Amino acid sequence: MIHSLFVINNTGDVFMEKHWKSVINKSICDYFFEAQGKASCPEDVCPVINTPHHYLINIYRNSLYFVAVVTTEVPPLFVLEFLHRICDTFEDYFNECNESILKEHYVIVYEILDEMLDNGFPLAVESNVLKELIKPPNFLRTITDTVTGKSTGVSGILPTGQLSNIPWRRTGVKYANNEAYFDIIEEIDAIIDKSGTTVTAETQGYIDCLIKLSGMPDLTLTFVNARLLDDVSFHPCVRFKRWENEKILSFVPPDGHFRLMSYHIGAQNMVAIPVYLRHTINYREGSGGRFDVTVGPKQTMGKTVENVVLEVPFPKTVLNVTLTASQGKYSFDPVSKMMTWDVGKIDTAKLPNIRGNITIQTGSPIPESNPVINVQFTISQMAVSGIKVNRLDMYGEKYKPFKGVKYITRAGKFQVRT
Amino acid sequence: MAGNGFQTSYANDKPPSSTGSGEAAEMSTDPASSSFFTSDFKRHEDLKAMLDSNKDTQKLEAMKRIIGMVAKGKDASDLFPAVVKNVVSKNLEIKKLVYVYLTRYAEEQQDLALLSISTFQRALRDPNQLIRASALRVLSSIRVSVITPIMMLAIKEAVMDMSPYVRKTAAHAIPKLYSLDPEVKDQLIEVIERLLGDKTTLVAGSAIQAFEEVCPERIDLIHKNYRKLCNLLVDVEEWGQVVIINMLTRYSRTQFISPNQADGPGDADRPFYEDSDKEEEEEEVSEMKKTPYMMDHDHRLLLRQAKPLLNSRNAAVVMAVGQLYHHCAPKSEGNVMAKALIRLLRSQKEIQYVVLSNVATMTSRRKGMFEPHLKSFYIRSSDPLHIKLLKLEILTNLATESNISTILREFQTYVTSPDKDFAAATIQAIGRCASNIAEVTDTCLNGLVHLMSNRDESVVAESVVVIKKLLQMRKSGHKHTPSEHKDIIVHMAKMVDKITVPMARASILWLIGEYSERVPKIAPDVLRKMAKGFINEEDIVKLQILNLAAKLCITNAKQCKLLCQYVFNLAKYDQNYDIRDRSRFLRQLILPGENGSALAKYAKKIFLATKPAPVLESKFKDRDHYQLGTLSHLLNIKCHGYQELPEWPEVAPDTSVRNVEVVMPYVPKAHHVQHKKKKESKSFYSESESSQEETEDSSDEEEDESSDEDSGSEENSDDSEKDISKKVSSEEESDSDDDESDSEDSSEEDSSDDSVEKIVTPVKKQPKTKTKAATTTKPTTSSADLLLDLDDLGPSSGSSVAVTPAGGNMLTPTLATGISNISIQDTPPAQIIPPSIVQAKSYELLNRMTGNGLSITYQFTRTVSVFSPKMVSIELKLTNNSDDTLTSIKIGDKKLQSGMEIQEFPEIGSMTAGMSTTCLIGINFNDTIQPAKFAICVGDNKYSVSITAPVGELIQPYSMSNAEFNTQQGKLSGMNENSGKTVIGVEKDAKSICLCVHSVANVIQVPGSAENVYRFSGKTVGTGTMVLMSVVVADDNAKITVNCEKMVIGSMLLKDLKTSIAKS
Repeated sequence: MIHSLFVINNTGDVFMEKHWKSVINKSICDYFFEAQGKASCPEDVCPVINTPHHYLINIYRNSLYFVAVVTTEVPPLFVLEFLHRICDTFEDYFNECNESILKEHYVIVYEILDEMLDNGFPLAVESNVLKELIKPPNFLRTITDTVTGKSTGVSGILPTGQLSNIPWRRTGVKYANNEAYFDIIEEIDAIIDKSGTTVTAETQGYIDCLIKLSGMPDLTLTFVNARLLDDVSFHPCVRFKRWENEKILSFVPPDGHFRLMSYHIGAQNMVAIPVYLRHTINYREGSGGRFDVTVGPKQTMGKTVENVVLEVPFPKTVLNVTLTASQGKYSFDPVSKMMTWDVGKIDTAKLPNIRGNITIQTGSPIPESNPVINVQFTISQMAVSGIKVNRLDMYGEKYKPFKGVKYITRAGKFQVRT
Repeated sequence: MAGNGFQTSYANDKPPSSTGSGEAAEMSTDPASSSFFTSDFKRHEDLKAMLDSNKDTQKLEAMKRIIGMVAKGKDASDLFPAVVKNVVSKNLEIKKLVYVYLTRYAEEQQDLALLSISTFQRALRDPNQLIRASALRVLSSIRVSVITPIMMLAIKEAVMDMSPYVRKTAAHAIPKLYSLDPEVKDQLIEVIERLLGDKTTLVAGSAIQAFEEVCPERIDLIHKNYRKLCNLLVDVEEWGQVVIINMLTRYSRTQFISPNQADGPGDADRPFYEDSDKEEEEEEVSEMKKTPYMMDHDHRLLLRQAKPLLNSRNAAVVMAVGQLYHHCAPKSEGNVMAKALIRLLRSQKEIQYVVLSNVATMTSRRKGMFEPHLKSFYIRSSDPLHIKLLKLEILTNLATESNISTILREFQTYVTSPDKDFAAATIQAIGRCASNIAEVTDTCLNGLVHLMSNRDESVVAESVVVIKKLLQMRKSGHKHTPSEHKDIIVHMAKMVDKITVPMARASILWLIGEYSERVPKIAPDVLRKMAKGFINEEDIVKLQILNLAAKLCITNAKQCKLLCQYVFNLAKYDQNYDIRDRSRFLRQLILPGENGSALAKYAKKIFLATKPAPVLESKFKDRDHYQLGTLSHLLNIKCHGYQELPEWPEVAPDTSVRNVEVVMPYVPKAHHVQHKKKKESKSFYSESESSQEETEDSSDEEEDESSDEDSGSEENSDDSEKDISKKVSSEEESDSDDDESDSEDSSEEDSSDDSVEKIVTPVKKQPKTKTKAATTTKPTTSSADLLLDLDDLGPSSGSSVAVTPAGGNMLTPTLATGISNISIQDTPPAQIIPPSIVQAKSYELLNRMTGNGLSITYQFTRTVSVFSPKMVSIELKLTNNSDDTLTSIKIGDKKLQSGMEIQEFPEIGSMTAGMSTTCLIGINFNDTIQPAKFAICVGDNKYSVSITAPVGELIQPYSMSNAEFNTQQGKLSGMNENSGKTVIGVEKDAKSICLCVHSVANVIQVPGSAENVYRFSGKTVGTGTMVLMSVVVADDNAKITVNCEKMVIGSMLLKDLKTSIAKS
């Protein structure tokens, strides 16, 4: 299926290649560079490129392009999803996935790639299995390896997880402190129009876990109001039948970090919009324009809105902005024409405001439309959908684990049209 | 910047310290990176020396550097001899890196590579499964054609390996060998056939992948494994699921009949008529007529098993299920995937792109499915351009009279986008909406005219082009008063001075020429202006000027003739030969010389004929013939290796091919024979047993819960094996006490037991076993008439009815076992067997008159309800007979007796006129025949309805042996027994009696009772109370006995049975 993989950095350097079938020369990447040249920004490169004999399927992540070469018909999502999974694995191993990290650990990277695919078809993808086959690097081991000259990076036996019915969990897990943490993260995607009315709003939620439990725990997580979740997707460990019948999450968790489920609450439901923007942006012929924006909290259920950031992409004809912010700092990038205002916390007593002048290139016509403002924010200890965990039970093991649940709401793709 | 720093770092011998790039410094902290990726030839000598040293550290260091070169794509082939020696290294990491190197370069150095082969051959017999597997991986990856026979041998051995991991690797090796040597295809197919029979979830996906790459045309290999694959599907790893679902989609297209063909009721009925005329009673016929299309059970099985996967975290799996439903499910069921696909729109942009292009195709055919999710396709300024365009496409496809105003409002904001390509695409989209929806055409036209005063040229140009198309369409559509749109044309004529985009200028000129009679004053003036600037125009505009001149010359010769001549003269000396050519041609037509051309008198007809309107339609319309979710579909070209999705067959091929009569165990390696056989017998039983006797399994419970197959069986100690053999025997005892007493009884079971016993004996007898099993089944069928007759009952006999008796169930992983295996509750009673197929009666719930056009009928599906085992599963069929779209259909307030429950169907967003859909509800009647009253809400209207279950529907089949029946009947005597006599109507053969009983109650026949005695058993759905029935036929009379603890149920059943039997 996947024939070869090329990793390309932002400057067009193919710095890693891996072939699972016969070797394909890296000159194939020229087709990719051609497509890249046509695109106005890195995100605009088409994910699937057709060449005379090959098909290039690529993703762009952390300013790296991962370009997979396929020669025959294959579901494109299969390849895309797998490329993302490869990146996730690297992030899991090295905490981040960028050029310097990949170069630093090139041997491990290469071994992982070799283990993940066989003949282009996924072989061992579960992080728990992989980590037993190829040990992730850690500082202490690097030192001992250097001193003793032994390397223990590669395991000699097949991880039992690979064969069991629970391939996602390694066996023989032992912890002194048994802990299970659940983060319920909700993101609000919204489009707010000029007058402040909501054009569309959706909520996307995730439950990310950090499970450090010994043995083979069998967990059940129940919600107070599970009916809220109308569309869900699960980690393979979740027993779907239980969910369907009782709306209970029942699962044997993988060890470590993983995403247990994600859910989507569609546009048909009402979503509480936690912030509002009051804005006047107008341009005058010849002299530039005025910019005045105030941010305020709306439906926050008594919680403070934090980490508020506003991003305003100005049109290309704007030369500069001179603004004064009542709170926080702003910056203007003269190349991308992006104004970023880092507001911080919203104080309800004195609403943050930014105002000032816009300078426009002389002679150029005034922009016909106002920019669309991207808003970021975080509200902790609140899930906007109102979802609440009822209880977490553990079966199969004797000890008492420490359990924790955290709720966070933040902005997803939150845009205000002005 | 990063790249530069990097490149210098491995051009130099030492890590640069002063390049200033951050990562160079970081890299030096890793010992391996100090001379990362060296390409220097002197260094290679170095590496060779390191590889020859006897210290593992040195070797490892060298190998790491070499891998660095391989990773970078540098040539490291000259090191091959030095590296290949180390293939025997004891150090695992060195070995692994050597393997990586070998697979990369073996093809180039074939002779040297052969040196390493013997090492792999030895490793293939290593006791460690990981080493066996990786040896096979490398051996099959080195692509040296000389060794194909060795590979073939290795693969053949590996597919019989006891470790599923090795078998999986073997599956991967098959396509490798096939690409190396296509001649061995036949041998490989045999191997694939064996792998397809593998029951472990680990192997299933890879086996199918091998099948797809080597012999996708051999669909017959799938038959026997079809049900197994369906049942395993949930537990296979995600990547395997994608491959399996795609393959099964193709399979169902060849093996089942179209679920949507029955839309026209007439032709679907016909086959039934012909069949039934011969053998069935009239009543049957009328019942058949009500259900025109019956989905094949296997078809249904696939759809049902795939549905939960819509909740997978893997986008590829969700898409695979989506395309399965799109291509293979009845139209009414397609909606389930909409939500899941919408969810995918939140994932990474690359995934969004693929999903959106598939949604675009779906929406071009079926609007309704995504209409409720319209807002999810609204465009954000941060979307990449290709995603914006796709969303625009979808929004346009979804536009209807009801939502067009919101969509147009959205479009208005898009038009002002700073991204001009996007704005132009929006204008085209507006044009398409305007042409599709007549109501808004004028609004759109006005809006577009407004846009023509936009400052941006490309926006203006695009609007002109779109307006031209729209006007043209309106004109050819229906005759209008000439004054209409005059002002638009006048306005455009004025714009011709300002607009510079050639396409737009050309469009304006064409419009003026075409409708010159509307603007008789302006047209010649425009021509005058154009003639002045003729030489500076683009070719496309010049051609239109010629056209304009010609047309005006015909309509208004007085004013324009000279102008026209002037233009033709200019064109005559143009550089472009197309234009010269055109001018010559037009001159002959319009301004014929003294000879007078023959065609000249038709000039008016030629030029001013009504032109066909352009069709504005979705680009995605023609993509429909590609299977969704494929690369071919995305690129809209036929990719290499694309398998055409076949059309549905007219008549369903034989369904019985999927029946699995004898379980084929896989044959393990010779030295494990005795051992393995026992294990296999365990796995053979485990399917039915794990559910029957869950408690005994408690040690394996955790694992068995999530997966029904014992993929981990190798780990089991001998203890558990003994346990199992004990279980087998104990089951025999408990399950069929009468085994010895009643020889005729449970003949199916006999045969299965037989085969099990044989399997325990060594391999060599295996072929015999098969034949024996086959022969034992034959006499069985002939001796047990009852079974045979049951077979003939339903229209689709073979598949599920054939195996109804208790013992047979474990042979075929039918629906019930499938469900109970997956489910983790203790409750589902495993012995309940799917009901025999009797045409379900359908009852009216809501009349179309009272329901203002909405009619609802219901029927009892007689399956275990998916909602709760205590519920009776009822299928509602909703039909919209009105002319309007009905929206938000749901169940409203319920008036239920205590103890009763209703599981509602999910709200139906909208039903267009004439559409019909089915949905499942579950009602727990709590074993009463009280009606379940509830309201159906359609929009704001409410209709009270009630469902009363006939007493026979409150029962579900419960299989038991004859002896058990006797003991149970003994317990339920006296008050609990109701009996009566009746005269039998017409025939008194076994078939019709059984049919009568089955039509009254959902019970199962008890196998092996005496002649003329028919016994049936079941349990009530709500409380699980035993219901026993027996019919004794003597002469013309039938004595009917019903035993049930609940006397009401007993007496009512008796009454119903009497009427039913007396009638027939």
